[in-house]
Amino acid sequence: MLATNYKLKGALFNHLILSLLALSIILPILILFFNSIKPQSELLNNPLGFPSTLRLMNYYEAFMFGNYSRIMFNSALFVFGTLIVCLPLSALASFSLAILSPKGKVTATIAVYLLVGLSIPAQLYILPLFILWKNLYLNNTYIGLIIIYSALNAPFAVFLMRSYMMQLPKELFEAAKVDGANTFELFYKIALPLSWPVFLTSGLIVGLAVWNEFLFAITFIQDENFKPISTILFSFSDKFAHNYSLISAASIMMAAPIGILFILFQRNFIAGLTSGGLKG
Amino acid sequence: MNIFLSSNFIKWYFLLPVLIIHFLVIIFPSLTSLILCFTDWNGFGTINFVGLENFRELFDDRVFKKSLKHNLIWTILFLTIPIAVALLGAYLLTGVKRFQLFYRFIFFFPYILASVVNCLIWKYLFHPMHGIGAYFSSLGFDFLTTSPLTNKSTSLYAVAWVDGWHFWGFLVVIYITAMYQVDESLYEAADIEGATKWQKFRHVTFPMIRPTFFFSILIIIIWSVPAFDYVHMLTNGGPAYSSEVLANFLYYEAFYQMKVGYASSIGALMFVYVFLVTGLFGLFRYLGWDL
Repeated sequence: MLATNYKLKGALFNHLILSLLALSIILPILILFFNSIKPQSELLNNPLGFPSTLRLMNYYEAFMFGNYSRIMFNSALFVFGTLIVCLPLSALASFSLAILSPKGKVTATIAVYLLVGLSIPAQLYILPLFILWKNLYLNNTYIGLIIIYSALNAPFAVFLMRSYMMQLPKELFEAAKVDGANTFELFYKIALPLSWPVFLTSGLIVGLAVWNEFLFAITFIQDENFKPISTILFSFSDKFAHNYSLISAASIMMAAPIGILFILFQRNFIAGLTSGGLKG
Repeated sequence: MNIFLSSNFIKWYFLLPVLIIHFLVIIFPSLTSLILCFTDWNGFGTINFVGLENFRELFDDRVFKKSLKHNLIWTILFLTIPIAVALLGAYLLTGVKRFQLFYRFIFFFPYILASVVNCLIWKYLFHPMHGIGAYFSSLGFDFLTTSPLTNKSTSLYAVAWVDGWHFWGFLVVIYITAMYQVDESLYEAADIEGATKWQKFRHVTFPMIRPTFFFSILIIIIWSVPAFDYVHMLTNGGPAYSSEVLANFLYYEAFYQMKVGYASSIGALMFVYVFLVTGLFGLFRYLGWDL
């Protein structure tokens, strides 16, 4: 009796602390949401509470004034463009590292090379890269930034995919080889179809990183027509400095796709993001 | 059979595309930067080698020294508060069965939100006219009457608060994954001995998650060096350089002043530091230290 009582108390204490921690995260996000459906005039006398009058027009206005249809298109293009370039290239490299030479000098060398690459702060190379891209006429272009994003995210994608492909049964590849399949057939007939779970995970992580990315977007895209949502939202907050309702609505529109994907694929996100350690 | 189709070469063909773009985007510009840091180049015109002049100038630069100090404070802040909160959160999470996935979902959520969104949330909340301060003053309390972001003595800590708010849930998930690897029988043995919660944490949980714990320390040290987004968006280093950090200082020198050589020397120092820290950790692991 005493023991269960003690246990119950312990559980209550746990839930008390945990729910306080959870509130410290939920409340700020909830306030952002409340503000996004509040008329601007209500912000002053009701800063944090639930809106007394709903104003969904904020979303419409933010969408129109911010030219959001164009910006959403830009961001989507950066995300899918990067996925189309980064994932197949990473899959090829992972296949080589995991299946063609699972052990040996090549793999070790490449692993060290990519690790050194990951530990280079972006600030070391961003300026020479900017000058290089300017000379190649890649600044202010979709493809220029897509190449950068693909290169930035490839080591991480390779890391994820390689550890997945290492676990594929070797017998399958041996059998196919006996049947006369060449190396490329081994790749797209066996490795690719078996590895789709890891493509989903790495696709989600890479897509998330690109959607949220700020430093390279603000550096390499100055033309308003090509800017993705992260840098637009940043300049938006300067332009409409006093209209927090519009800014909140714009922020919610940026966060919503990520939030929905996170609810659907929580496990993939968490497993992917914590397995390597991606820049956050 | 053609030598270029032998299996030795084929594995390189598969690797080549990734290696090419990685070299083009990261390695080649990095090497360029490591050379340019010994020059006075301003982006166009001739390139003159000036030896260590940039580094000499850096250590006379008041703003650089301030940024360096702030990066150090930043690292220490992140090595203490988020780790402590995350250890507490993860440890308590292992003790509850109900709502566990819900808590985990909530804690991790800000980590996947864009830095812009997180910054805007807190810029608003810190705003004296309609944030937390306004709410408290309507209740008759003086709390946050000015935004801590615009105050010289608090700006750096306010920015770190926002970054830390979005980051600690990541640590919770890393720690809890490690905590679930701990053998249940160890806790049962501790229960029989009558160990308190703290004793169980100190003598069972913590020793078992040590590798993960040191991994988190490594990534915090490494990630503190290029910290940029939150500083740039919330204060841009101000007011009066009170929240300036190396990455933002470098960005200003590079893209507003076009001092390519000077900016490269900051980047080179950041790289050398990160490289040494990573190398030391690798060396300790190699030597078999229990890190």
